[in-house]
Amino acid sequence: MEINESLFSEHHVLHKLKHYLPAQAPLKDFIHHNTLHAFQSEKFFYALHRATGIFGYKTLLSINEYRELFHQSKISPDIIAKVVAEKKGDEEAGKWIEKMLHANYRQQVTPRIGRLRSLWKRNYHIDMDADIQPLLFRVLCNYLDQGIAMWQFPVIKEGLLESILALEQNSYSSLFRTNEIKEMFLAGKWEIKPLLDLLVGDESLYEQYLFDQQFAHPGWSGLVAIIESNPQTLLDTRKILLRELIVFELLLELDALNYHFGPVWAPLQKFASSSLDELLFQPVKHSEVNDVLALWQEAFEWSYYDQVLAALTLSDEQEKVKTQKSFQAMFCIDDREASLRRYIEKHDRDCETFGTAGFYGVEFFYKPEHGKFVTKLCPAPVTPKYLIKEVDSSHKHNRDPHLTKYSHSLLTGWLISQTLGFWSAFRLFLNIFKPSMGPATATSFRHMDQFAKLTIECADKNDKEDGLQIGFTIDEMVDRLESVLKSIGLVDNFASLIYTFGHGSSSVNNPHYSAYDCGACSGRPGSVNSRVFCQMANHTTVREGLKGRGIFIPDTTRFVAGLHDTTRDEMVFYDEELMTGEIAAAHQRNKKIFNDALDENAKERSRRFEVINTASSAKKIHEHIKDRSVSLFEPRPELNHATNALCVVGRRGLTRNIFLDRRVFLNSYDYSIDPEGKYLLPILKAVAPVCGGINLEYFFSRVDNQKLGAGTKLPHNVMGLIGVANGIDGDLRPGLPSQMIEVHDPLRLLTIVEHFPDVILTVLQNSPETYEWFVNDWIHLASINPVNRELRYFKNGSFVPYEPISKIEVADDEISIIENTEDNIAVHLIKHE
Amino acid sequence: MDGIIHFFVFIPLVGFLISLFIPEKKEFFISAVAFTTSGLNFLVLVSLAFVWILQGHPPLSLDELVLYRAYGYLFTLNFYFDKISCVYLFVGSLLTLMVTVYSRYYLHREVGYKRFFNTILFFYIGYSITVLSGNFETLFVGWEILGISSFLLIAFYRNRYLPVKNGIKVFSIYRIGDVGMLLAMWLSHYLWHENIKFMQLNNYVEVNEHIQNHSLVGVFISLMLLVAAAAKSAQLPFSSWLPRAMEGPTPSSAIFYGSLSVHIGVFLLLRTYPFWEHQYSVRVIIGLLGLCTSVVTMLIARVQSSVKSQIAYASASQIGLIFIEVALGFENVALFHFAGNAFLRTYQLLVSPSLVSYLIREQFYEFTPRKHDEVPKWLGKIYNSVYLLSIKEFNLDRFLSRYLWDALKSIGQKVNYFDYKLVISVYGAVLLGGFYTLYHKQYIPGFLQNYMSLIIAVLGLILVLKSFVERKSPRMAWLYIIMNHCFILLAVSYNDHFDMEHAMVYLSGVFASGVVGYLSLNRLMKAEAKVDLNRFYGYAAKYKTLAFVFLVACMGLAGFPITPTFIGEDLIFSHIQQNQLLFAASISFSLIIDGISLMRIYARLFLGPYVHQTLEAPYRSS
Repeated sequence: MEINESLFSEHHVLHKLKHYLPAQAPLKDFIHHNTLHAFQSEKFFYALHRATGIFGYKTLLSINEYRELFHQSKISPDIIAKVVAEKKGDEEAGKWIEKMLHANYRQQVTPRIGRLRSLWKRNYHIDMDADIQPLLFRVLCNYLDQGIAMWQFPVIKEGLLESILALEQNSYSSLFRTNEIKEMFLAGKWEIKPLLDLLVGDESLYEQYLFDQQFAHPGWSGLVAIIESNPQTLLDTRKILLRELIVFELLLELDALNYHFGPVWAPLQKFASSSLDELLFQPVKHSEVNDVLALWQEAFEWSYYDQVLAALTLSDEQEKVKTQKSFQAMFCIDDREASLRRYIEKHDRDCETFGTAGFYGVEFFYKPEHGKFVTKLCPAPVTPKYLIKEVDSSHKHNRDPHLTKYSHSLLTGWLISQTLGFWSAFRLFLNIFKPSMGPATATSFRHMDQFAKLTIECADKNDKEDGLQIGFTIDEMVDRLESVLKSIGLVDNFASLIYTFGHGSSSVNNPHYSAYDCGACSGRPGSVNSRVFCQMANHTTVREGLKGRGIFIPDTTRFVAGLHDTTRDEMVFYDEELMTGEIAAAHQRNKKIFNDALDENAKERSRRFEVINTASSAKKIHEHIKDRSVSLFEPRPELNHATNALCVVGRRGLTRNIFLDRRVFLNSYDYSIDPEGKYLLPILKAVAPVCGGINLEYFFSRVDNQKLGAGTKLPHNVMGLIGVANGIDGDLRPGLPSQMIEVHDPLRLLTIVEHFPDVILTVLQNSPETYEWFVNDWIHLASINPVNRELRYFKNGSFVPYEPISKIEVADDEISIIENTEDNIAVHLIKHE
Repeated sequence: MDGIIHFFVFIPLVGFLISLFIPEKKEFFISAVAFTTSGLNFLVLVSLAFVWILQGHPPLSLDELVLYRAYGYLFTLNFYFDKISCVYLFVGSLLTLMVTVYSRYYLHREVGYKRFFNTILFFYIGYSITVLSGNFETLFVGWEILGISSFLLIAFYRNRYLPVKNGIKVFSIYRIGDVGMLLAMWLSHYLWHENIKFMQLNNYVEVNEHIQNHSLVGVFISLMLLVAAAAKSAQLPFSSWLPRAMEGPTPSSAIFYGSLSVHIGVFLLLRTYPFWEHQYSVRVIIGLLGLCTSVVTMLIARVQSSVKSQIAYASASQIGLIFIEVALGFENVALFHFAGNAFLRTYQLLVSPSLVSYLIREQFYEFTPRKHDEVPKWLGKIYNSVYLLSIKEFNLDRFLSRYLWDALKSIGQKVNYFDYKLVISVYGAVLLGGFYTLYHKQYIPGFLQNYMSLIIAVLGLILVLKSFVERKSPRMAWLYIIMNHCFILLAVSYNDHFDMEHAMVYLSGVFASGVVGYLSLNRLMKAEAKVDLNRFYGYAAKYKTLAFVFLVACMGLAGFPITPTFIGEDLIFSHIQQNQLLFAASISFSLIIDGISLMRIYARLFLGPYVHQTLEAPYRSS
């Protein structure tokens, strides 16, 4: 890979840069992904170690943090013994445990990134970053701006450089301070190599120089790289290449040097030979501390996993003889839905719940009425061919006059500040003492008008808009329903009411709002998807078609779509008015069950919020929880996926009686319907990037909140509606803010699949990109034998037996557990009654 | 009734002192104190204002608290309450109340929760003292507190580079404003032959009589006040500090730089309005400054693509308009405009994170692709030029760092080639010789006698500059500043009879804080292998208490109103004659750069990314 290091290949370096830069899309399309995706082709711990040595990321907790966890009994001594013995052999174990607990290590790292470019400062006493970055960021932000500035970039041509050129050519002022460089720019000398010849001089250093330069502001560079590959991520599209950013920055650097030193300064190579002893991507030296950290991390993880696995084998609820269910409800696999399902099942022991990816197998673009654009509602990597339109909407777009840009003008500002200004004091007062929803709130309920209609059925395949087929044909509907129902194992015993819930969130003052919505719907609420799914399932012709696939849905069965707002713990239902008679009455009864469950779910969530007393009544707490979602001053309206650690793919019976807190992604799957794993593959294909992505983003944002996370959100400043930065001159901050990850324990995802190990392995190996996640240990994988409950753990490419050692506590009710602790809760078996 | 004014100073003061002693973990109590303080203040104000307005709102004056009295010299703290104070206090206490409630939750679990509320209360004391001040001395006390608390709030995230850098930047610009204040105070001593009370300014006959006789002095004082006001209110050429102050948590940016702090310049103008009311040239200048600022900052605001800088520049441009209103004599309009602007900008900043979802939604439903209007080339060229200039903020920031920061640095570097021993011995000798010849003037050649004070003052100024550019030894930088104080004292002693008691008042604070600071530095250097001023070390991460003690020492040495040195500085100026502008200027520059240099030492040693932490250290650009 690293051959011909001495020859600079622009193409190769740009490609590599794009690979390593943060890959976070603009805020409105925030989608969780593995922060260190660039290292994913390597084994987990080795990759982490390299990332630290090269880029200076902190990739695991520090030794002291692990020791602290050990002293708080969050890492079990028995597990340490087990893990160390396994990794280092029984003889060496004692020695290593001693090292883990007591040895002194210097955890100082001098990363390789930035070394070359720091020579400017050392030799010329010039602060290159402070000199050029503010202007660079400003130009980038103004060029890409989606609607903050009142005065937009005057000329938008094909690309950044062309646009600047058009501006410079016809202007008395210039972005450059020296004439030489301005002339160079105007003459179109936009090649990277000749510019580097001037600045650096030695080809073997060019790659390192460009990495140093771009990683001095990874936020902006990463965003530019993302927009380059996906310009549609900006509604008001812009063409921009990472290459252009680099050229512009190199020119600004030359400009700064010429400005400060005139034409006489020597390129960087003059000073480089003595101070650079290693190349950027040369192997990073291994040291003992890496082993110790890896042992700690594994011990930390298995202290929890072991309990979970032990509990799974204990879970004695055999799949009872299939009886008529009171109702069935489908939810997203999202970890936030797990506890709600638990409470619904508690309030109605005869109901049944399922989990599946929250786009419900229907992939499409959505266009709300009066919308000027389409929104993708399916997992990010999929590109749908369908369009669902909203019609007959009565929604109005509420405005907040305080947010108008006119207040920034001179004379309108004069008027507004003397009139609305006083009103804003009143508004602020109201929101502080009695928060309520306003136009500034981002809420899932506005995603689709509850009473509007959707164009779901495709009458004519040629009926297209924006190149997309409007709606699905009957056959396409049947295909989608069949695969969803079969993959979750719902093929018979249909109840008369089957709910499908999308989920979304509500928050205010939250630039990361789309990270709170449904990940399987590209960071949007899942209401449209659930509604589309239900309307398809209620379609008589579709049901006829399903019979041909072996699925007989009785005529008395009705699918009802809903939306669960995970922040407010509220639900709305769609097309309720179409229900009549007995069904309507049953629905009213079920709504009561949902409401009680929502209250208790809010109560369970509240244990993480210090300012709420979890011991008070569920109803009262629920009101507090709702207030949080509309309070301007609440940086934690909800805690999203914090503490996520598990994914269970299997029947609900496996987990129904286990208290797994809110840490588990639950995907329903019945091996008996799918002996060859035909439906397992799509599930795992989604679980790895979606759940694994969420998990690892939380992981790395938690261990290094400064470099891999966004830091505290309190000083964040919105830049161009596409990112956040600290203050006005700072770089963009990709990753998650500290308020989202502070209670998160950095554990990798443990995926547990209920099937035979050989089937799982065959299925996985059919998809190399999915297999990579597991075989390189970025996600743990365990299997539970559906027949004899034998546990196996996936290690170095094969399943090996696993014997859990934890004792599981038994509780009568979750309430008694949740009221008493704010911290993570151990796995419990719950014996209702 | 007058006595009630006490409350407005004492409530925040007591609140602040209490808040200092609450343990860091007790979030609830910390914020409760802040909340009660501002809430109580607000309630007392509203009830007082009610009665006061019923009584026909006569100006209240409270002439109490003589801090120092000597022959022909009186230093008093004096308070004054009229319509202007009332409006400012109303807006201030209401916003502080709302923002403390807001921050109670917003800052929950944030590292530095206590520090945040301490600083907010400290700021609030400064604000209250300023708007209630009855004379320049009192005003200056509040003014200084505002400066230092601003620095602390901007650098709230002290482990990152940009907040610390911008904190120092803003502090330096504030100090420029302070030069204006010092010189204005100095000359008004001579104009009135006493520490003038603002109350007396309302006496048209008296004011006019004094100014008639010294019209030039009057204009000079007014212009110096304008410099002070322009610096604090982000008018030209200082405007670029305002957006850069937005580094702290959003609510602090909202009340400080969105509303309260940035309108203090307006307050100064309103307060001194009767003084320059009849100097039409001054009114024209103020109006023009306001006009230029409002136009230029409005243009800059239009091209901002980040929310906070957009609000900051928009606010500065409204303040430009307020300056015009004040210059035109529309006091009520200005007050009304101030209140509206303060509320509006606070609100806009507080909801600024919502803008993403709000505006993207608006874009989604209302987007129209941009049209390319054909304009004549020459018009396009002007248009483009203004756009580029606005993106570059009319080079204001570069202008300031070039003519302020870099200029000081380059002068300092020119005198920086002596080694420490030489400097100490030469300066020591000058100092000793100076004090000796002070009592034996016969040894000084006659032609020198008239210039002795100026020469010594300039020598002192050189010392401060040396301290300012010192890169290696923090102790030397510290010593230079102590020595500078001695030089100032010596210079003034040459100028006028300066008795021993005055000298003691001046030096007591210098020496006390000098020793404390020096010992702190010693302790730090003993504990850490590498301590110099070449970079930011961030030692506050490890030595919290030491950092605090050293900060207090810095404040003491900078003549901050916590030691008698503060009064001493005022005393010093009372010994400079009206026609010694150069001398007064060099003394005030000495004192001002003192402050900047001290904050630089503090920042370099204790703020910024912690040097021993390489993992999980923030990016420099973050």
